[in-house]
Amino acid sequence: MSEVIVVTSGKGGVGKTTTSANVGTGLAKEGKKVVLIDTDIGLRNLDVVMGLENRIVYNLVDVVEGNCRAKQAMIKDKKYPDLYLLPSAQTRDKTSVTPEQMQKLVEELREEFDYIILDCPAGIEQGFKNAIAGADRALIVTTPEVSAIRDADRIIGLLEANEVHKIDLVINRIRMDMVKRGDMLSSDDVLDILAIDLIGIVPDDENIVVSTNQGEPLVGTNNVAGQAFENICKRIMGNEVPFLELTGEGFFQRLARVFGR
Amino acid sequence: MGFFDNLLRRNRSADDAKDRLKLLLVSDRSNCSPETMELIKNDIIKVISKYMEIDAEGLDIQISQNNDEVDGPTLYANIPIREIKK
Repeated sequence: MSEVIVVTSGKGGVGKTTTSANVGTGLAKEGKKVVLIDTDIGLRNLDVVMGLENRIVYNLVDVVEGNCRAKQAMIKDKKYPDLYLLPSAQTRDKTSVTPEQMQKLVEELREEFDYIILDCPAGIEQGFKNAIAGADRALIVTTPEVSAIRDADRIIGLLEANEVHKIDLVINRIRMDMVKRGDMLSSDDVLDILAIDLIGIVPDDENIVVSTNQGEPLVGTNNVAGQAFENICKRIMGNEVPFLELTGEGFFQRLARVFGR
Repeated sequence: MGFFDNLLRRNRSADDAKDRLKLLLVSDRSNCSPETMELIKNDIIKVISKYMEIDAEGLDIQISQNNDEVDGPTLYANIPIREIKK
């Protein structure tokens, strides 16, 4: 049975594309057949985060306009043969695709893939409507900041109004040292406010920047963010995984944890 | 930022964030300003107080959109009762 997951947030820059890339890669790593669709027409980025920007021939708009078949536009990942990317178009705008066309495309892809991950653009306009049109469930990405949480709340309302009821929250870029001294909302605070199910907490980790620089998602690698994303993937698949013990830890604790794992 | 700074600094910015968000979301969710909510709250206190003694300080009203039973937003009122008037 296939599942269509939209990764959305409302606010830009909170980590939708990073989350999409890592969740897609992580699910492929677990042996699932996955296609990532970049629905941000005009501002495509998922190809860069995946390190596949040099292999693009056709794009999403070409597919919906019938210039090529979906198969021709999908780029196979460098590492995982069962992971594909359907890139967005860079020189068109959001109105080039309609929600009905997206829905049709997604239905077609369901036959071949276990997971279809839709990387949604920021905002609540056409691009958002396209991305959620065919979705079974949503991952809302937020950071522990007032603006991001406010937008997330708005998105939750819009998703529910559009009959997407399975909504899970990813709290991204949390800094436990700041939470500890009371200068950042904790995951409990955020959950208390948004009142949806939590599926992952991703700590602020320099390794994310490094992995984006290199165009290689870090899911599953030996660092906290990599672990956090791997756990999110397992939870998406329905496994119960305890949340990472995140601490504003010192050097020795960190060392102990790295070796103790 | 040492241990003693934490002790001395009582105003934690996360608390500010939480308070601001709660207010903000009430008006976002309901298209209803904090002032209107305050008016509703005061009227509720007035009406209920006719029949029972309530803890006006502990009264909490909010508009929520996460409700399985009802379509659309719901107004929740949590009103602690001190004593029911006879």
